[in-house]
Amino acid sequence: MIWRTLLAVLLVIASPAAADSLLPDAEMANVQLSDPAKERQAKALMETIRCLVCQGQSIADSDADMAADMRALIRQRIDKGEAPESIRAWLVERYGSWVSYAPPASTITSPLWVLPIGFFLIGLVLVGGRLKVKRKK
Amino acid sequence: MKHIWLWLPLGLFVLFFAVVANGLINPADRVIMSTMIGKPAPQFSLPSAVDGLPGVGVANLRDGKPKLVNIFASWCIPCASEAPMLEQLAKQGIEIHGIAIRDRRQDLDRFLARYGNPYARIGADNDAKAQISFGSAGVPETFVVDGKGIIRYQIAGDINPSNVGDLLTALKAAK
Repeated sequence: MIWRTLLAVLLVIASPAAADSLLPDAEMANVQLSDPAKERQAKALMETIRCLVCQGQSIADSDADMAADMRALIRQRIDKGEAPESIRAWLVERYGSWVSYAPPASTITSPLWVLPIGFFLIGLVLVGGRLKVKRKK
Repeated sequence: MKHIWLWLPLGLFVLFFAVVANGLINPADRVIMSTMIGKPAPQFSLPSAVDGLPGVGVANLRDGKPKLVNIFASWCIPCASEAPMLEQLAKQGIEIHGIAIRDRRQDLDRFLARYGNPYARIGADNDAKAQISFGSAGVPETFVVDGKGIIRYQIAGDINPSNVGDLLTALKAAK
């Protein structure tokens, strides 16, 4: 019993090994811009930029320090009047198109647009074949 | 024999299932490498992060000598594990510029006292702007920058005996 109590006490006083910054979040990371139109632009961009450390989340959804820093960077630059797409291009230049949730049209991503059209045409041909058979009867 | 085609949808489903199951069981551990390799180092200028060492900026990288830019933090555990490797590199005469991410002066002092100080300069990057400008996705990361300030090579993660050879080769090539 005494060991259990001791263990419980130890668990309570032990602090986890912190692997996170002790600095507060960057300015503007969690504060909206005063101009609602600019804040809307910034928010829309943040929702389509991928967090680098918590992959699969956008930086708008992530609590990671780095996502906060990226939100701050986006808000500051939009506040200065930069266009969202120019900030996206700046980030893509550094991290590749992986960092953006809005895939650019390129040779690699062309199947995303071409294949649905292809499938639709195949569907038309199949349905067309069916309808012909029925008419013959 | 015509009926063999009837099995095609099932076959496709099994294939699809196998791919998804494989992705779930062995999730890909993606390391996002910088796409700045071969490009000039970005504009940045950071104030000194510790007493006794100057800050670092892009102008310091264009002095004709290749050097390492090490992105690190006192709160980062693999950064402590790569410290002996950096110490060795510094002893070989390689200039290492540190960029300390979101760090406090007192924590950095303690970190350097404990694990050694291989840095010629350390800049305080408190909002990670310089880190993002380099296309770095975490700590620690190390960039080889040649004498003209062009980024030549990157190690994402800690420097260890298995990758230090490639780093030295890249440094030699940057001369």
